[in-house]
Amino acid sequence: MQLSPLEFTLMLSGIAVAAGFCGSLFGIGGGIVIVPVLTLLFGIDIRYAIGASVVSVIATSSGAGAAYVRERMANLRVAMFLELGTTSGAITGAYLAGILHSRWLFVIFGAMLGLSALVMLTRLKPGTRPVPPDVWADGLRLHGRYFDAALDREVDYRVTRTRTGLFLMYLAGIISGLLGIGSGPFKVPAMDLAMGIPIKASSATSNFMIGVTAAASSGVYFGRGDIDPFIAAPVAIGVVIGATLGSRVLGRTDNRLLRVLFVILLLTIAAQMIYRGLR
Amino acid sequence: MSREKKSGPGMRKSLPGRFERLISGLLRTGVWTSLGLMLGGLAVMFVHHADYLDSNRELQRLTAPGAAFPHDLSAVAAGIRAGRGQAIATLGLLFLIGTPILRVAVSIIGFLLQRDYVYALVTAAVLALLVTSFLLGKAG
Repeated sequence: MQLSPLEFTLMLSGIAVAAGFCGSLFGIGGGIVIVPVLTLLFGIDIRYAIGASVVSVIATSSGAGAAYVRERMANLRVAMFLELGTTSGAITGAYLAGILHSRWLFVIFGAMLGLSALVMLTRLKPGTRPVPPDVWADGLRLHGRYFDAALDREVDYRVTRTRTGLFLMYLAGIISGLLGIGSGPFKVPAMDLAMGIPIKASSATSNFMIGVTAAASSGVYFGRGDIDPFIAAPVAIGVVIGATLGSRVLGRTDNRLLRVLFVILLLTIAAQMIYRGLR
Repeated sequence: MSREKKSGPGMRKSLPGRFERLISGLLRTGVWTSLGLMLGGLAVMFVHHADYLDSNRELQRLTAPGAAFPHDLSAVAAGIRAGRGQAIATLGLLFLIGTPILRVAVSIIGFLLQRDYVYALVTAAVLALLVTSFLLGKAG
């Protein structure tokens, strides 16, 4: 495309608004849409695309995290403890992104995008499962409670398999540092299925953690010179506006058809990313 | 609020509540300040460079690998003194990156005030990792 810088800025922020809007609607970060848009559509180098995405992830997480903490959905202790795993993972991932050939970044991004899309289809069932006791969770006093608006009461829960959880968060951190995405679709199932944290508290806690995780990887990206302000600033502005609009106007949707259509769109993009890498 | 009454024993109950509000306010202020800086920075860029309105070559120069933009603190400071829009936008990005880092730093104090030394240590370790990331990017 023969764009001028002005046209580029306007188009990019417009797309970022849409990405932030869809992100808050479907409970995924905008980053996972932004990287394919920048690389496939605008022909931007994938490292600059990831650098821009990582900053937009901070923006949405700080915005969403603020609301969740106010409503006491997020478990701050769990978040703090697991951030040990996600931040060290993010640094590992961001470092790897600097030495991997960019074609592999395309392939891994495509694969992870496809996987996140499929995770969106499997609905995690809220419910109480028997929880094996865990001395780590007791010692760290990770057990928590949140206010469930649907049930209209406080829900108490006990946390388990703390060390497994920490390791899974390290892996999620690597993905998020390598690809500049929030990797919520991996964190939430890990907290819900492995650690026994109810899905609503898991999503809120994950959203809260994503900002710190992304800050760790953006440190590496910024120092390396992969955060180009002319690309990153319009993306961040657009995503924040889109996410704010999305959460104000609609809240998260449970519309099955809309969700399936969005998953199909993501799978198509995933295939294109993989094809671009292998070509 | 009835929810807050149940949140903890004795006088500690009000502290975490106040603290969570402080953190939440911090996150929002950080995001909106950085947004303002980024918008302002972009605006200054377009005001200073009339050719940004119609030249595709300029876009290539701004976005292709090897594009010149500040990526350390002294370059950002120098750019801002020179009134460069790019540096102002970069400051906005740094504010955005700094928001969660500041949140972590404030949490350390919060845990110390609650005499929760284990978590103060956990949080300090996270902060150390965040600082390491900046040094690592510089080295790589």
